Amino acid sequence: MKKSDFVVRFAGEGGQGFMTAAEGFASANTQAGYHAQTFATFPSQITGGPTWMQARISTIPVFNRGDELDVLVVFNESAYQAHKDEVRDGGVILYDSDGLTLEDDGKSLGIPFEKLAKSTGNSRAGNMVMMGALAQLVDMSQEVLEGFVKKRWGNTARYGEKIVPQNIEALSLGREAARESGFNLGKLAPPTPPDYEQIFIHGNEAISLGAAAGGLEFFVGYPISPATTILMWMEHNLVGERRFAYQASSEIESINSIIGASYGGLKAMTATAGPGFSLMSEGLGFAWIAEIPIVVIDVQRGGPATGLPTKTEQSDLGSAIRPAHGDVSLPVIAPGTVEECFYATVAAMNWAERYQGPVILLSEHALSERKQNIRKPDVSKLHIERREVYQGKNGYLRYEAPTLSAMPRPGSPGSYVANASEHDAMGDTTHLPERHVHMTERRFSKLDLLKDGTFESANTEWPVAVMPWGGSKSPALEAYKQLQEAGAKVAWYYTMYLNPLPPDLLEELRQKELVLVPELNYLGQFSSILRSQSVRAESITQYTGLPFKVSDLVARISERVGEGSKDRVAV
Amino acid sequence: MTDKNPEYDFKWCPGCGDFGVRRALEQAMEKRLVETEEPIESNVVVAGIGCSGNMVHLLEGPQPYGIHGLHGRTLPLSMGIKAGRPDLNVVIVAGDGDFLSIGMEHIAPQARRNLDICAIIMDNAVYGLTKGQSSPTAEKGLVTSSTPFGKPEDGLNALNLYLTVGASFMASGLSSKIKDLANLIYQGMSHRGFSVVHVQSPCTEYNNTFEQLKGNARKGIEPLAWDIPEDHPEDDLSAAFSLVANGGVPLGVVYRDEQRPPFHERIVSMNKNARVRTAQEMVDFYAV
Repeated sequence: MKKSDFVVRFAGEGGQGFMTAAEGFASANTQAGYHAQTFATFPSQITGGPTWMQARISTIPVFNRGDELDVLVVFNESAYQAHKDEVRDGGVILYDSDGLTLEDDGKSLGIPFEKLAKSTGNSRAGNMVMMGALAQLVDMSQEVLEGFVKKRWGNTARYGEKIVPQNIEALSLGREAARESGFNLGKLAPPTPPDYEQIFIHGNEAISLGAAAGGLEFFVGYPISPATTILMWMEHNLVGERRFAYQASSEIESINSIIGASYGGLKAMTATAGPGFSLMSEGLGFAWIAEIPIVVIDVQRGGPATGLPTKTEQSDLGSAIRPAHGDVSLPVIAPGTVEECFYATVAAMNWAERYQGPVILLSEHALSERKQNIRKPDVSKLHIERREVYQGKNGYLRYEAPTLSAMPRPGSPGSYVANASEHDAMGDTTHLPERHVHMTERRFSKLDLLKDGTFESANTEWPVAVMPWGGSKSPALEAYKQLQEAGAKVAWYYTMYLNPLPPDLLEELRQKELVLVPELNYLGQFSSILRSQSVRAESITQYTGLPFKVSDLVARISERVGEGSKDRVAV
Repeated sequence: MTDKNPEYDFKWCPGCGDFGVRRALEQAMEKRLVETEEPIESNVVVAGIGCSGNMVHLLEGPQPYGIHGLHGRTLPLSMGIKAGRPDLNVVIVAGDGDFLSIGMEHIAPQARRNLDICAIIMDNAVYGLTKGQSSPTAEKGLVTSSTPFGKPEDGLNALNLYLTVGASFMASGLSSKIKDLANLIYQGMSHRGFSVVHVQSPCTEYNNTFEQLKGNARKGIEPLAWDIPEDHPEDDLSAAFSLVANGGVPLGVVYRDEQRPPFHERIVSMNKNARVRTAQEMVDFYAV
């Protein structure tokens, strides 16, 4: 049987250029019609420090990064020691035999990348030699990579006429060297190219594109891993008429300036990570009380405080819903895949405009760096909302109604004060008990407008369910499929609309004996939120800074399935 | 309780300097209404926290838009309003505690951007609304409710600070000289760039300095306030620095530079070579 799936990891030091190689390899395969997903982890420094990146190539859409390695490409001794145990039986460890000598462990394959590259006349083609070897190991056809090279360097005006033939020769040399070695991992089945158009993007690019498609007009941000790439994307792309992107002096500037812009009538957004999100909490309370639509993207990293800037975690959910002091409950949407990053951003902007308040889009490091092929979105088919703007005369009482009311636009009649203090119908500060009651209830009533979230479910007849959130969806879904194949009696639920939860979903969850929530935090934040809404939920936690492995989830869910009735959780 | 809103019950203490500043701002906005023929709704008053910020609720006559934000954040709020809507006239009303203590971090970046706003800063050297604690502009040694044995830090020379961080227009005024102050505010609003009108606006309750500012010949008190000479070169930065080093409270325009482009124009000119694409074109860029 031909292999349907192939995982390669590149490990070494930051600055060695293999991030580009891994993405290039994945990109080449998507062009050929395979499905691909990359995953990266690195230290908080630009050059040096242990870094790795992997790519999974498959004949069917990829859910997850892949647990076991078919090929490990190492660039130094310590990378070899750190990763060799994750190579599957029969896998191969590939390395440059010019710079490195490894023990003969039956898996290692040394090929002189640099030396072979030099023989083509292009000393920088070492990565091409490596890719040629990789392709040979899985019997991938030569056209796949040749096509990539031609597309990547085929512009002779820019790269000259030599680069393409040199790189193709480098591919062939790598291929030849791997063939001579006798190593083979089994033939990768030919791709079945999808019948729809695709794009190949990171999670953060998906968020940025979703924002542009949703009609974003104003973005202010401050550099912070892993959200910085959104700021840079905006600075490059959010230009032209009625578009503004800017790097502020702090996250406090970011949040207050997007509030100012939205007050002025623009669709406004910022993107940050945990530490910046904490600095924004007072501003989020302001947007909530003054009823100003904004979207804040929190690309989670490990916390608390400065925490783990370049690792992944799902530990900001609690503070996303209740970031600020006082009575607030912020709407939260958390995408679980690269594709969902796009649509979740559109949805977050629609929610903010519809209910006139702050919405949190909760992404995470593992998604931000993940590059994947997805179906190309058709912007013209998206449903895009815009706040209701007051069109009447002066003398309007902006906050008089018991619930949502039209928002005046400065420059036009309808003057009012948008106030961070509790206020009366005109927006003037007040301390009257009945006004605080009125305004508090008015603000919470608007959340009813956001109960249109969708959810996934399967095999709902079983009393025990698995319900991941965010980026844990991918490993959980793959684990769920394996459990199902093994005959496990377990239901599946998933939504990216975490607050407010879709009412029908909540009703179904309340009927379950046990809802297992795989999530990357110590506290079990989502299960605690579910329990507060009368769902018997319990978390499967992990707090290593890395995503779940499918095999771990299979084992930990199996332990619990069937125990549902005897292992109730105190509510 | 105000004429426009009987429910609103905040009051300034009798004799508060902020009454004069309010009248001056109303006059300046009335003049702008006449001169520009733009509606009153094209003005946005951005208020800080404290007695002075309450001005946004106490303005009489035709009502501008208002936003009463978080403590110290008038400037970033204004950046969002002005960068997003350059057609609006943005005026900040804040006190020395809000603007120069918790809000200090925002002054330099916005001045360097030359954000086109006019900040009216009411300085009384104390936090009035929290009952008289010392503020950055209080002189060393001042006894206040939070400095019972005297303030240990040196007082801040706010005028020097604005010049140092690059304000392109800066004037200094007195709350009791309403007509002069209205004129300074009008000039600040008309200036295309970052303008500050720093006003001595005494707190009658916790730090009443009216007498020291205006002087009292009978008691032999020399006035702290003095008129800036007519021959002061307003566009000369070193002359401006010398002027604010003279001590006391200069009255008039200290500095102006009309050559620097405002922030929103810089963005347009910096981005003129950028490729403008539709959202679908941005998506298509990533085609496999």
